[in-house]
Amino acid sequence: MSPQQTALLIDVIAGMLGGLGRVAVGASSPIPAAAAMLARERGGGRPTVSLLGTQAGSDMTDGGRELFDRAGQGRIDAFFLGGVQIDGGANINLIGTGPHPAASKRFPGSYGSAYLYFVVPRVILFRVEHTPRTLVESVDFISAPGTSPPEVYRPGGPYALVTGRCVFRFDAARGRFRLASLHPGHDLGEVRAATGFDFDCDEDPPTTPVPGAETMALLRGPIGRALAEVYPRFAATFLGGSREA
Amino acid sequence: MTGTLSLDRLAGRIGDGALLALPPDYSFVPMAAVRALVRRGARDLHLLTVPQAGIAADLLIGAGCVATVETAAVSLGELGNAPRFCAAVEGGRVAIRDSTCPAIHAALQAAEKGVPFMPLRGLIGSDLLEARPDWRVIDNPLADGGSDPIVLLPALRPDVALFHAPYADEHGNVWLGARRELVTMAHAAKETLVTVEEVRSGNLLADETLAAGTLPALYVTALAEAPRGAWPLGLAGRYEPDRAHLAEYARLAASEEGFAAYCAAHVTDTTADESTGLIAAE
Repeated sequence: MSPQQTALLIDVIAGMLGGLGRVAVGASSPIPAAAAMLARERGGGRPTVSLLGTQAGSDMTDGGRELFDRAGQGRIDAFFLGGVQIDGGANINLIGTGPHPAASKRFPGSYGSAYLYFVVPRVILFRVEHTPRTLVESVDFISAPGTSPPEVYRPGGPYALVTGRCVFRFDAARGRFRLASLHPGHDLGEVRAATGFDFDCDEDPPTTPVPGAETMALLRGPIGRALAEVYPRFAATFLGGSREA
Repeated sequence: MTGTLSLDRLAGRIGDGALLALPPDYSFVPMAAVRALVRRGARDLHLLTVPQAGIAADLLIGAGCVATVETAAVSLGELGNAPRFCAAVEGGRVAIRDSTCPAIHAALQAAEKGVPFMPLRGLIGSDLLEARPDWRVIDNPLADGGSDPIVLLPALRPDVALFHAPYADEHGNVWLGARRELVTMAHAAKETLVTVEEVRSGNLLADETLAAGTLPALYVTALAEAPRGAWPLGLAGRYEPDRAHLAEYARLAASEEGFAAYCAAHVTDTTADESTGLIAAE
């Protein structure tokens, strides 16, 4: 991806975090981390941002369980999840394809998804690859379900799905995605062809706004420098040069 | 505490078939002890990653030391999937018990408290639950009317917790700082084996600020000194990960032949793992 395309994803995700109190970001998630930092910069320090799996930027002192305990206490407002497969009901699969347990293609595992998806109010699904292989009609394995029956305790769930082609918002009442915007250079026909599930859509969906000069300056300045502490290779996208540690 | 052992004697205390708990990849991973386990030809280990793991688990699985793995994820992080783990699961050579991070933490906390199970939110409707006959859904008996299903996780009591730490004192107290999941692992496990960068004189428990981050010797079965014992991973505050070496591992471990070549160069060859400062025998 070009720096401009990356910046657009960061900008659109940051827009979903404005006004929140606390955002946590999982390991190996440079774009969500950048988005959370951008939202914090715009909000004058709010939301606070917790980056997991790193020493730098961690504000936790109670070990690996603290994130999950915090989420259970209602102290995490937004989190990010991905998926080997994501389906039209926002069910996510982080385990692999084919039968379980002897998968035909195995991936790392479900991480904290089977818990955080239930208790974090605003879970943003993020997957750059937007193809019929990743966005499927029905996932092969449900690491975490998109919706739950009313008797199941569930203050949290999916809020949006951001891909390299577009933004979907999740309609929890209908249990379906609705196309929110198309990234510049992409059209509805192409997105329909690349999406393995059916989704709701207006006739003429808006275009995802291109990040402004001020946002680009932040990414090339304070955000890029803060990111470099955790994601040196990624931060070089904006800072230029090789900053690999 | 039994005393300070050599690295190989420490690894020798972990019997074939043991339920072995290992820390997550970001720090305090006992890589030197893992290599010693591979050298001693450990077999049929039941691996519990707390709650996830990387190269340590991949190395043990690739070397044929592991029968089952209970995990929330095994991955090499930014270097991609853990190749030997993925190949072993796809080939049915290890039995996988898929879990989720807070379930592993909570099940260890149950063992820590000496209670038979811990309840956990979430999970209902996940195929993880379908694949785990040991997890049970009950209706919350304390709910104010109406149905409130909740999952119960049986306590997880590892035979051995194994990790690396910056230092221990002469009494066998181990400084862990904010790594509280390692404290929980030690509380829950029957035995705890620790490698340390160094053993220092004095008593960590005598200083209140240090005592807060200290695992008392009561929980520590045995120690071994292993300078740079987390290599090629880093040790927070001490040394950075050896990124070039980790990338080389990821490249070689993509094939069985490459993995064998890696082991011959870095595991069987013990140059990296000369344990120093043997203080006392068993």
